[in-house]
Amino acid sequence: MNEVSKIEVKDFSLSFGKTEVLKNINIKIPEKKITVILGPSGCGKTTLLKSFNRLIDLYPNVKTTGNIAISGEDILNTHKDITEIRRRMGLLSQRPYPLPMSIYNNIAYALRISGRKNKKIMDKRVEYYLTQANLWEEVKGRLKDPAVKLSIGQQQRLCLARGLSVDPEIILADEPTSALDPISSQAIEEEFIKLKQRYTIVMVTHILRQARRMADYVVLMYLGEVIEHGNAQEVFNNPQHEWTKSYIRGAFN
Amino acid sequence: MSKKTEETVFRVLMITATISIIAVLSLIIISVAVKAFPALSWDMISKTPKGGFYFGKEGGILNAITGSFYVATGATLFAFIIGAPVAFLINLHYIKQKAIINIIRFFLDIMWGVPSIVYGAFGFSIMIYFGLKTSLLAGIITVTLFIIPIMVRAMDEVLKEIPHNLLEASYSLGSTHSETALKIMFRQCVPGILTAILLSFGRAIGDAASVLFTCGFTDYIPHSLNDQVATLPLAIFFQLGSPVPEVQARAYASAFILTCIILIISLSARLLSKKYEKHKINF
Repeated sequence: MNEVSKIEVKDFSLSFGKTEVLKNINIKIPEKKITVILGPSGCGKTTLLKSFNRLIDLYPNVKTTGNIAISGEDILNTHKDITEIRRRMGLLSQRPYPLPMSIYNNIAYALRISGRKNKKIMDKRVEYYLTQANLWEEVKGRLKDPAVKLSIGQQQRLCLARGLSVDPEIILADEPTSALDPISSQAIEEEFIKLKQRYTIVMVTHILRQARRMADYVVLMYLGEVIEHGNAQEVFNNPQHEWTKSYIRGAFN
Repeated sequence: MSKKTEETVFRVLMITATISIIAVLSLIIISVAVKAFPALSWDMISKTPKGGFYFGKEGGILNAITGSFYVATGATLFAFIIGAPVAFLINLHYIKQKAIINIIRFFLDIMWGVPSIVYGAFGFSIMIYFGLKTSLLAGIITVTLFIIPIMVRAMDEVLKEIPHNLLEASYSLGSTHSETALKIMFRQCVPGILTAILLSFGRAIGDAASVLFTCGFTDYIPHSLNDQVATLPLAIFFQLGSPVPEVQARAYASAFILTCIILIISLSARLLSKKYEKHKINF
């Protein structure tokens, strides 16, 4: 692999109490590409994604070994401020969870907590991120409305804009279209393809067709282990592993 | 029994139970109102007891109304200041062992179940230990202890309903624990937190046993924390024990006033929480 890797996971294992959820993961995620983590439900792909921005810290009885490096910097075994680490990544979850405030404030929130208060710059930034997420035209007249008033597809794009508002290097997406209708899903997918020019995108999904549409690089997981990983073309067209072959044929689902 | 009869029996049971509860509650309020009516006057709520008030002469229960407000407001304030951090602590994923959180909840539940007379007795022993007299301060301290478990558990019930994903959304934006608590959880739960405060205030203003040994009783409005203070429940208690029919009627009038106060506070809290509900994320 000759691309620059943005995230490098080395001998990473994670357990909740006595259950081992991730077993000895070794992958490299390329920069400014869409990497899709694919696998059946419960295979640990979401947990892996949440390890990248240390949301796993919120769960009880978590133990990890190995390390995860973002741009060469270990984020797992560090005393660095965790909020700094998290701000390097924008998160998009399965269902949109807007913050309990107005549309405007949903985007302004991250800017405010990082100390930027200038109203004019704030307005510009809010417009910029909403435009990036292709939502500005729909909401520019009602920025003061509660975010909950938006449709679920709009909420997901709002959450995308909110994720971008931390000015991240990486976008982490956990089955970002699973709660959306086909049209909204397509909108999100198109956004991602546009955004990969500027961000490294890591997307978790269990939908094979979506993975085929989106992925530049693919990581296949099953029961907490990485079965196969590599360039999407190669993996999909010429899978090496027996398990991958049957998964791609649709034997599991 | 056929499905249809089963359904009918069940429905009749639910409706009867609901109607009887509403009927009993209405009966209580109506009977209090009816017995209170002869004694109700503007003087009742605007004057303190004058000489011979407890024999049916003129005056009112302004001393007890203000006293109760002082005690309940002070106690609710302290209970919130002490209780809110506890409620946030057990819901912010600070504590990694679920068992510890369960122990804290269990402990609070026991404290909730302890009768208020026990708090009264405990408050009294503290007073003796520190050489405090029966006073507004001693009353506030005792009532605070009594309502803290109510405050914490009521807030806890609302906070733990916040979906984990909303917290993750907040943390992923680089929020600290305190930003998550104050800017996200608090906003999401304003209606519930107001209800918790109101519930605690209601218990504080309506409880007699915890203030029995600690507040004392006086015909005057307290001017400092060290003054004795009259409370509505005790005003009702003392007046009801009187052989004079006029004074007994005043006991009912006092009860009616107490009920109205709680009603007004409930209503205003409802209206207030409606106002803050518009941003709430529904799941």
